[in-house]
Amino acid sequence: MAKIIVVTSGKGGVGKTTSSAAIGTGLALNGHKTVIIDFDVGLRNLDLIMGCERRVVYDFVNVINGEATLTQALIKDKRTKNLSILPASQTRDKDALSQEGVQQVLNELGKTYDYIVCDSPAGIERGAQMALYFADIAIVVTNPEVSSVRDSDRILGILQSKSRRAEQGMDPIEEHLLLTRYHPERVEQGEMLGVADVEEILAIPLLGVIPESEAVLKASNQGTPVILDTESEAGLAYDDAVHRLLGEDRPLRFLEVPKKGFFKRLLGG
Amino acid sequence: MSESNFQFKGSVVTTILLEISHFDEMSLIAAIENKVEQAPNFFQMAPVIIDLSKLDQVINLDEFNRLLLHLKNLGLSPIGWRSHETNKPAWQDEVSLPLLPASKTRATRLENNVNQDKANPDVVIKTVVEEKRVAQSSKIISKPIRSGQQVYAEGDLIILSSVSPGAEVLADGSIHVYGALRGRALAGVKGDSNARIFCRSMEAELVSIAGNFILSDALQKILWKESAQVLLNDENLDVVAF
Repeated sequence: MAKIIVVTSGKGGVGKTTSSAAIGTGLALNGHKTVIIDFDVGLRNLDLIMGCERRVVYDFVNVINGEATLTQALIKDKRTKNLSILPASQTRDKDALSQEGVQQVLNELGKTYDYIVCDSPAGIERGAQMALYFADIAIVVTNPEVSSVRDSDRILGILQSKSRRAEQGMDPIEEHLLLTRYHPERVEQGEMLGVADVEEILAIPLLGVIPESEAVLKASNQGTPVILDTESEAGLAYDDAVHRLLGEDRPLRFLEVPKKGFFKRLLGG
Repeated sequence: MSESNFQFKGSVVTTILLEISHFDEMSLIAAIENKVEQAPNFFQMAPVIIDLSKLDQVINLDEFNRLLLHLKNLGLSPIGWRSHETNKPAWQDEVSLPLLPASKTRATRLENNVNQDKANPDVVIKTVVEEKRVAQSSKIISKPIRSGQQVYAEGDLIILSSVSPGAEVLADGSIHVYGALRGRALAGVKGDSNARIFCRSMEAELVSIAGNFILSDALQKILWKESAQVLLNDENLDVVAF
């Protein structure tokens, strides 16, 4: 049976789609058959980040409504083996997602895939609730600032009360914290919350810390998941997070302010 | 229209408890026989509970059944039995007699009350009702209370974790938070002015007792990020370290 992972946050713009693309790609790179589903019906973005926007013919809502088969709608990733994308519909809204329809699609995908990554829309309304309802694992993407932390806290409450696992009294969803857009200098100056502060408030295990990096924006614009950029800190940090998700123990990196080199200091850089 | 011909009721009855500490069949039976002969009328058809909880050895089913038979022959009527708490016999499910739960300290106290207050039944009822109320009153939660969640307890509310900002905890009685209190806490919501709020780290958005409240701004001037209790003192809320 496939593991269903929801990437969620409550707040918008914290890096859910970037993280879904990176983690989905990372799981596939490690040999697991993976599909990433865009649940953001009406605000389709995952296809852009994955660089497959020109290959979208059918979408998630078409499959739910029986207008297309899963095989027709799934887009195989050209760079990474074992990876597929199920794009969202751009012309519909979140009400098009019925619980039965979503369940049917997930069951069907579960037969062939090891991991199903659900890229949740922002908010706590229908789209977000559908994305998290069937999840086994939740990755809560949080930025180190108070409003993001509060929204993550809210979504954790929803995971614990409105998911299938909660409603049916099964084992609770496995929760992971992914701290993104982390800026060690600003933490040091007290402008940003530190890792410990966020961990203390949310009280769930830390999956990884992704440093703020120009590579993320560059990768998004190019349509390449940032995890494929093995020269960037963000790419390496996502790679660490994927390995932690798979059960490996890896130390945290990129939390310290980089020391200025001799020449940089000399030149006042 | 729904008139019922019967009622199920709880009742406390005084019975004889036969507590056996050592089982030597011959001498035990002889000793019981001797006891019964001293007051045959008292023991005639008297209900008996056989208590093996203090027994220092394990007896087998045959021995137990023979004991039952002897008691019946002596005119007693066994109505139940208790086994050893930890050392339960393997045959305990094969006995036709009901297995009663071990006597708890509270149950014993209740029985004592019954004995002492035989002459004054009103007092007995009062004691029982009070015990019931205490047993139901507090709600214990071990998970963090997340933003947007609301928890209400009819009695005391005990939270073993933190209360997040944007969460709300309410209780008719007192509220105890064994973590940081970062959300809103309202104790004594039905007007109990003796209710209090306790927490390991005071970072609340609002605390209220019986409708009298203080907001975070005011709290920060009194005490912040320290363990604290909040109590009502003539319509004034006192926030004190403890």
